[in-house]
Amino acid sequence: MLLQINEPGATPAPHANDQGAAVGIDLGTTNSVVAIATDGQATVLRDEAGHGLIPSVVAYGADGTILVGREARRELLDNPETVVSSIKRLMGRGVADVKSLAGTLPFELDVAADGGMVRLKVSGRTLTPVEVSADILRAVKARAEAVLGKTVDRAVVTVPAYFDDGARSATKDAARLAGLAVLRLVNEPTAAALAYGLDNQSEGLYAVYDLGGGTFDISILRMEKGVFQVRATGGDAALGGDDFDHAIAESFLAERAVTFGDVAITSSEAKQALATGRMAKECLSSSTWGEWVIELDGKTSRHRLELAAFEAMAAPFVERTIAICRAVLVDAGVGIEDIKGVVLVGGSTRVPLVRRRVAEFFGREPLANINPDEVVAVGAALQAEALTAGSDTLLLDVTPLSLGIETMGGIVEKVIPRNTPIPVAMAQEFTTYQDGQDAMLIHVVQGEREMVDQCRSLARFVLSGIPAMAAGAARIRVTFAVDADGLLTVSAKETTTEVEQAVSVKPSYGLTDDEMATMLRDSLEHAEEDMTARLLVEAKVEAERSALAVKAALAVDADLLSTAEQAVINRALDDVERTVKDGDRDAVLAAAAALETGTKVFAERRMDRGIRQALAGMTVENLGKSLGDGTK
Amino acid sequence: MSGAIVPCWSCKGPISPRALFCSTCGAVQPPGVIDHFGRLGLRRSFAIDPADLDRQYFGLQRRLHPDRFATRSAKERALSQQQATAINEAYETLKDPLKRAAYLLRLAGRVVDIDQAGTVDDPALLMEAMEMREALADATTLAELNELMATAEAAVGDCHEALAQAFVDDDLDGAGKLTTRLKYLGKMIDETRSRKVGMTRQGL
Repeated sequence: MLLQINEPGATPAPHANDQGAAVGIDLGTTNSVVAIATDGQATVLRDEAGHGLIPSVVAYGADGTILVGREARRELLDNPETVVSSIKRLMGRGVADVKSLAGTLPFELDVAADGGMVRLKVSGRTLTPVEVSADILRAVKARAEAVLGKTVDRAVVTVPAYFDDGARSATKDAARLAGLAVLRLVNEPTAAALAYGLDNQSEGLYAVYDLGGGTFDISILRMEKGVFQVRATGGDAALGGDDFDHAIAESFLAERAVTFGDVAITSSEAKQALATGRMAKECLSSSTWGEWVIELDGKTSRHRLELAAFEAMAAPFVERTIAICRAVLVDAGVGIEDIKGVVLVGGSTRVPLVRRRVAEFFGREPLANINPDEVVAVGAALQAEALTAGSDTLLLDVTPLSLGIETMGGIVEKVIPRNTPIPVAMAQEFTTYQDGQDAMLIHVVQGEREMVDQCRSLARFVLSGIPAMAAGAARIRVTFAVDADGLLTVSAKETTTEVEQAVSVKPSYGLTDDEMATMLRDSLEHAEEDMTARLLVEAKVEAERSALAVKAALAVDADLLSTAEQAVINRALDDVERTVKDGDRDAVLAAAAALETGTKVFAERRMDRGIRQALAGMTVENLGKSLGDGTK
Repeated sequence: MSGAIVPCWSCKGPISPRALFCSTCGAVQPPGVIDHFGRLGLRRSFAIDPADLDRQYFGLQRRLHPDRFATRSAKERALSQQQATAINEAYETLKDPLKRAAYLLRLAGRVVDIDQAGTVDDPALLMEAMEMREALADATTLAELNELMATAEAAVGDCHEALAQAFVDDDLDGAGKLTTRLKYLGKMIDETRSRKVGMTRQGL
């Protein structure tokens, strides 16, 4: 045979070389990290001073300049009102959610917004969390490009396992705004396990305890022969090391109030107090006491803090994480004794109290030999390589939260329970509850509670055109599909009449497509070129796929064609190859269409031959085998 | 028998409707209409070896998971997602003995509702369930809970064996009763476990 036979599903990816590098990005609440993997070895991309961490902090100058990272953090001292930090806490959040966070966020919110996504007011601009995150990702991309010396246009981006659908979509939108195609959203604990798994070749059940700046995740994973299967996951999207900073800052401010009286503080003063709290926390990870100075409004105060006092402040938060660990073990149906190891992730696991409690709870010393600040990015980079260059490892992830719809009386009917492996599609039937009801509001929610108002609202849409029937006669089938990124699509159908409606769940607090389009236009100078280029690549990939398919068919069944017929097909193939090399999109599409038409007769003859062979006495069984599941 | 062959969407050549990949051009195919056992390459039976199930499942996901198609054309990505979804559904159903039993009954045309409470018309089971419930309500120590747990788990083991036999004997009535019993035992174990968790928490 003249043709190279590839393992099915492993034919060379066309144009892999046309594209830029693929990196792994840990887009953190406090810091972001970018890494790249080559041949299974991941490297964190550092600046000239050797820093791997890029503070997830953005400063918006009055003159329109945007600073990200360390430079932005420096602005905190002089112009705190221009600086945005911990934006991850607001990803996918609505105005209503923010009320519960009020006072804990060191920036001004635009509450006048129309009930949709939260907006911040910074230096005279109104910004969504997606735009701020995009600014961070642009800096991350620039760092990677500077170190690698080539374009970076694809990335695996990590998210907390406990991120809901809204926050996941927001993260993907942010990457798109920054000019990065998201190869996959990967859960942070899974990425961390991947980073450890490849080094240690461990098998068995592992717990990944991830305490970051603003989120907590605990996942139970099974590692076996290169497959990482997430068994159960849990967490709290608003619990993290920032809470420690807060507790310290609050106690310092309370001490000041004793001296100077109760004075309302501005958001920029709150930021200074928080920065002090953070320094105190970091210092107390290695010493037993310290003293800090706060100077606000020209008044200076000194604050002494002992390790024991700090641990007393942090303990309630740490105990919450332990309670969640316990619940997840029950969910996974495993006992503590089944856990073979515990992996620590996130800068907040440097706090000695956290390590101590985790070790006590699991009855073993946790693994922490990979830098907990970098381990997630390392895993993401390995996954980026696995996705683009191929790999033996495979991540099998689950839905972190149950998905359901609202039924009568505000009760949630679960459609997909939490910890279901993804991708998944599940359907449930509902009915009308009034005679002649011709429309139905479908309210999609996410969460574990029984009542709608205690769950997170993801989307609402109306299935209309239901024919008038008696109450309970209509059959409305609602299908939930969650893809490998954990993103949800919902469709509803009245099954007796086939009235159908599908929505890709753009979360209640997400960006509308129009907003996204405007942002892309505003923020990317080359948005249009970029889009054209992407469409061209997609057309080329598709055309090359058909050309390869026709060549494979020729290799087997060329004898069905006359020499003249073959020549025609070969010319069509040449045309495809030529346009893929240097044609524009229209030329590629035209050549691919010509190839399709030109091979129609060939395809019919091949089918005829297949059917004749089947009739010529091969049993269905054997036929199935010879036509194969392609394993050979 | 021409129904036994369909054209590959990519190279248009003949393939089996069950093929995962085209044998000529290697393109991934849409998931065929096939029961969960067939999808995972297992014999239709209640007694399946969990290690076998995992091996088949991991093997299929290794080849069909969307992560394997991240750089491929949109159509191939969509098909791999459909395949992975179908494999996950089969795996989730067959992994859990209760769901597996209910599924086998459904394949045989019997419906057993394992999600809702429902009524029990089997006096022996009713008695057993009431006794277990009382014992759980009365239990005050971790040792008592552990003992209850052990009893329930042993009963689950017996139930699995009896179910395997019932399906072999094609005794669907028996299998139906055993499936309902398995459902109640599962609930008891869950409740006992959460009592245990509550008790351990207090102890800490």
